Amino acid sequence: MAGHTRTQRTFSEYLIERLIQTTGILVILFLALIFLFLLREGGATFFEVSLRDLLQTRWYPNEEYFGILPLVLGSLLVTLGAAAISLPLGLLTAVFIAEVAPRWMREVLKPLIEVLAGIPSVVLGFLGMVVVSPLVREYLGAPTGLTALSGSLMLGYMALPTIVSVAEDALDAVPKSYRDAALALGATHWQTIWRMTVPAARSGILTAVMLGVGRAIGETMAVMMVTGNAARMPLTLNSLLMPVRTMTATIAAEMGEVAQGSTHYHVLFAIGLVLFLVTFIINLVAAWAIFRQGRRYGRLLS
Amino acid sequence: MSRQLRQQLGFTLLGLATTIVVLPILLLVGYILVQGASAISWEFITAMPREGMRAGGIWPALVGTVLLTLGTAIFAVPVGIAVAIYLAEYAHDTSLTRLIRLAIINLAGVPSVVYGLFGLGLFVIFLRLGTSILAGSLTLAIMTLPVIISTAEEALRAVPQSFRIVSLSLGATQWQTVRRVVLPQALPGILTGVILGLERAAGETAPILFTVAAFFLPRLPRSIFDQTMALPYHLFVISTQVPGMPLRIQYGTALVLLAFVLSMNALATVIRSHFRRRRQW
Amino acid sequence: MREPKFLLENVSYIYEDGARALHDISLCIYPHKITAIFGPAGGGKSTLLRLLNRLNDLVPGRHLEGRVLLDGEDIYAPGVDVHALRRRVGMVFATPVPLPMSIRRNLTYGPELAGVRDRARLDELVERSLRAAALWDEVKDRLDEPASALSGGQQQRLCLARTLALEPEVILLDEPTSGLDPISTAKVEASLQELKRRYTIVIVPHSVQQAARVADHAVFMLQGELVEEGPGELLFTRPHDQRTEDYITGRFG
Repeated sequence: MAGHTRTQRTFSEYLIERLIQTTGILVILFLALIFLFLLREGGATFFEVSLRDLLQTRWYPNEEYFGILPLVLGSLLVTLGAAAISLPLGLLTAVFIAEVAPRWMREVLKPLIEVLAGIPSVVLGFLGMVVVSPLVREYLGAPTGLTALSGSLMLGYMALPTIVSVAEDALDAVPKSYRDAALALGATHWQTIWRMTVPAARSGILTAVMLGVGRAIGETMAVMMVTGNAARMPLTLNSLLMPVRTMTATIAAEMGEVAQGSTHYHVLFAIGLVLFLVTFIINLVAAWAIFRQGRRYGRLLS
Repeated sequence: MSRQLRQQLGFTLLGLATTIVVLPILLLVGYILVQGASAISWEFITAMPREGMRAGGIWPALVGTVLLTLGTAIFAVPVGIAVAIYLAEYAHDTSLTRLIRLAIINLAGVPSVVYGLFGLGLFVIFLRLGTSILAGSLTLAIMTLPVIISTAEEALRAVPQSFRIVSLSLGATQWQTVRRVVLPQALPGILTGVILGLERAAGETAPILFTVAAFFLPRLPRSIFDQTMALPYHLFVISTQVPGMPLRIQYGTALVLLAFVLSMNALATVIRSHFRRRRQW
Repeated sequence: MREPKFLLENVSYIYEDGARALHDISLCIYPHKITAIFGPAGGGKSTLLRLLNRLNDLVPGRHLEGRVLLDGEDIYAPGVDVHALRRRVGMVFATPVPLPMSIRRNLTYGPELAGVRDRARLDELVERSLRAAALWDEVKDRLDEPASALSGGQQQRLCLARTLALEPEVILLDEPTSGLDPISTAKVEASLQELKRRYTIVIVPHSVQQAARVADHAVFMLQGELVEEGPGELLFTRPHDQRTEDYITGRFG
C-alpha cells in the first residue's frame, strides 16, 4: 500500500535543503567581503598618508596631495541639493498618488515613475550634459553648465522613484479606519491627509527619505558627467553654480589610471570605504524604521 | 468656505508637484527617441565602431551588454531564488534571519561604484580573474541579488499558506511542497523580479568600469576571460572622453541602451499583469 | 470491544506563549465509526484533530505532553516518518482548497509523492476516489480542467476524494461543510456513512445538529477539556454533564 511505504526523502533533497539554508548566510558573507576588501585595499592609506594630510583641502594626487575634504564636501553639497529638490517633490507626489489621484491615474503614474527608476544613470548623465547644463548655463548665469546644481538636479530626479514608491507604500498602509475617523469628526480631506494619514505613516516616510538620500550619495555616473569634476572646496553659496567633484566621481574617474598598490590607489579605496560606511549607517536607520513597523521590505529595494 | 478653498489649493499644489516629477520623464524619453531615431540603422546596430568610434556601429558594445546580463543571470538567479526560498519557506524569525534581512537591505544600498571597487579587489586582483566578463558578471550579480531576493521572496509569500498546509497534509515533504506547489505559483512573480534586477545590471556603468569594460575594442570577446565593450560604458566614453564625437551617434547609443533596458521593464510588467489575471487564487 | 485505532493518553498541548490548548485528554477512537468532536469555538477541537496527523508540527514552540498511539504505536516517537503518517491519516479542511492544478493532478498528487508511478493504477485511484466522494459523474469529462473551476460544493468533495486517493486508514474532517449549502452538505454527510465501512472517521462538525446526525461516537469539548463522551444517540438525548446539556440545548455557544 502506498500509505505504508517509507517516504522517499532522498539524499539529493537533503542536499538541496542544506544548500538553500547556506545561501542565506552567503548574503551576510557578501556584505562582509565588501567591507573586508575595501579595508584590505584601502587600509594601507592610513599608514601612507597621515590623517592630517587626508583632512586637507587640496586634492591633487599627482603631486601627492590627498586632501579629501573637497570631495567629501562636494558629495555633501550635491546630496543636500538633491535632497532639497527631491524630498518635497517626492513626498508631495506620494501624497497625491496615494491619497488624491483617482484609480486610473494611479495606474498610469506608478509605472511611469518606475520607468524613471529603470533609466540607466549614464543615460541621465548624458541628458544632463546635453540638455540640463546648457539650461543652467543660460538661465542661471553659471560660467559653465557643469555645476553642483546640475548634479543636484540630476540626483534629485534619480532619488525620486525610491522616495515616491516607498512613501506611497507607507501612506497606503495606513488603515482606512484612521481616515474615516478623522473625516467623521468633520475634518476635510486635506486636513485628514496632513493631520492623520501623513503622521501615521511617518516611520515609513523616514525610510523613504533615508533610502532616497542613500541612493543620492552613492550615485556615480550621472554626477560625474554633469558636475564638472573640479576638486575645489565648495564653501560659499555660489558654489552651487561652480563645478564640484564628489567622492563617487573621483573613484570612477581616477581608478582606471592609477597603478595598483600606489598610494593614490589605496586612497581611492579608502574613499570607497568611507562611502560604504556612510551608506551603511543610512541604511541601518532605514532598516530600523522598517523593522520597527514590522512591515514587508520588498518594494523598498526594487 | 475657506477650508474648501484651502483644500482646492492644496490638491492643486500636489498635482503640480506630480506633474513636475512626471513630465520631465516623458520629455526626456521622448527627446532621446526623437534625436536618436535618425542614427538607428541596421549598420549602426551590427557594425564595428570605426575611426575612433566616430563612425560605424555599436555591435561589440551591444553584444557585451547582452553577455554581461546573461552572466549576471547565471550567478544571481539561482542564488537569489535560493535565498528567497530560504527566507520565505524555511527561516523562522531568529536573530540570524534578521541579520540576513539587514544584510540584504544594506547590500541594496551599497553605491554602485563601491561594487566596482569590491569587484576589482576580490575578483580581478585577489581571485586573479583579471578584467574579464567573468569578473564583471560576478560583480553585477552580487549587486543584483537584493532586488531578486526581495521580489522573489514577496512572490513566494503571496502564495496562500493553505496550499502548503494541504500539500503537507497529503504526505508531501516540505521540499516537495515548495517544488511542486509553491514555486510554480510564484514563478511569474519571481520572473518579474529577475527581469527587474537584470534590467538594472544591464544599465549599470560604475561596477563594470574596473572589472570588465573596454574603452575601445572593435572585436567580439572570445572567452569569459576577455574584456568587452558594454553599452553604458560606451555611452559614457563617447559622450565625455572622445572629442569631436558626432552627437547623432551619442543619441543613437543612448536610444539603444534605453530601449534595451525599458523593453526589459515592459516585459516584466506584461508578465506580471498577464499572470495576475490568470492565476487561480 | 475492538482495538481502538487511536488512543490518546493524558494529552496536554501547550502553545509557545504558555496558553494551554488541550488539558489532560484521554480518548479512544474506534475504527469504522464516525467520531464527532464538538463544542464551542476555541475549545481545542481543531487542535486535537491536528495532533492526530501531526499537522501541528508546523506551529513553532509548541509543547506536547502525554502519548498519541496509532495502532498501538506512539506517533510522536522519534524516528516516526511524519509524511507516511499523514498518508495514513488524511485530512479535509474547513474551506475547500484545491491545489492550483487540474482535477486529475489534485487527486494524483499524494499517490505520486508516495511513489505510485503506474499510469493505470493512478487512473483507477482517480476514478475510485471520485466515485466514493460522489463527484465522478459531474467531473469525469473534464478531469484535466483546473480544479478551481469547480463550484464550492464540488471543490469540497474533490478535497475529500483527494484524501481518499491516499488510501488512508483514518480520515480527519475539520468542519468540512461549513461553507456549503444544505444540498452539498447532505451529499458529504451521505458519503461519510458509506466511507465509515472502510475507514476510521473523525469529524469536527460545524453544528450540534450535524454532530447529532453523523456521530456514532460523540465527544464534547469545552475550553481544552474533554467534558463528556459517549455513543451519539445517548449523548445527545441523555447527557450526563450539565455543561453538555446546556450546550446541546442551545443555552450557550
